[in-house]
Amino acid sequence: MTDRAAEQLRDPGLQPERTRLAWRRTTLSCTVAALLAARAVLHEGATASGVLVCALCLLLWLGFLVVAHRRMAALTARRPRTLTVRGAWTAAVCTLALAVCAAAMVV
Amino acid sequence: MSNFVQSLRLWFAPERIREEGDTPDYRFSLANERTFLAWLRTALALIGGGFAVDQFLPDLRWGWRIGLALALLAAGVLCSLRAVNHWVRCERAMRRGEDLPVGRFPTVLSLVVAVVALAMVVVVLFGWEG
Repeated sequence: MTDRAAEQLRDPGLQPERTRLAWRRTTLSCTVAALLAARAVLHEGATASGVLVCALCLLLWLGFLVVAHRRMAALTARRPRTLTVRGAWTAAVCTLALAVCAAAMVV
Repeated sequence: MSNFVQSLRLWFAPERIREEGDTPDYRFSLANERTFLAWLRTALALIGGGFAVDQFLPDLRWGWRIGLALALLAAGVLCSLRAVNHWVRCERAMRRGEDLPVGRFPTVLSLVVAVVALAMVVVVLFGWEG
């Protein structure tokens, strides 16, 4: 009886937990990319444009962090709702813009 | 082609995805979300690789360094776009009970990564320094 109740309480495949961890891993990857951007500016000397692009990268990282945080909070529900299209787009656009900033720094 | 136009329409009118078909089992949606995140991580890794080529191979000739870095960064951009596109299309297919979409993108991406890796090996081995 209690076993049954417990099973109804949590997903036996731990799907929400795995998804939460996937978000965490992705946030970590984003952090590494942002740190590399900061390192690029520190190494090449702080020009005005370099600092600007680096600040933009940190903003994008913050944006990603907010999306991930919201989603991870939503995933604590027993039957989490599907990720919103807006959330998916925000995460992808942050990644994309990070690549554009990187290209601007490299060239 | 019409598939592409449909995807584009979904990009700009996301609420449509909720109107179609039935809501699938939440576990399927979560699995789709994890796949999306895995693609996003791939994109982030490629971007990190672009940064790394620029920062950790400073002796390379300018053209090679910029070329390799930009190739990796462009792959990162494509990867993040494809991540969302694929996620939306899978979600729609699950709602409609259709087959999941397949494509050539993974093959193309792995070929691009292989070419960039080969170029790096050649460049580092033969020391085309600036």
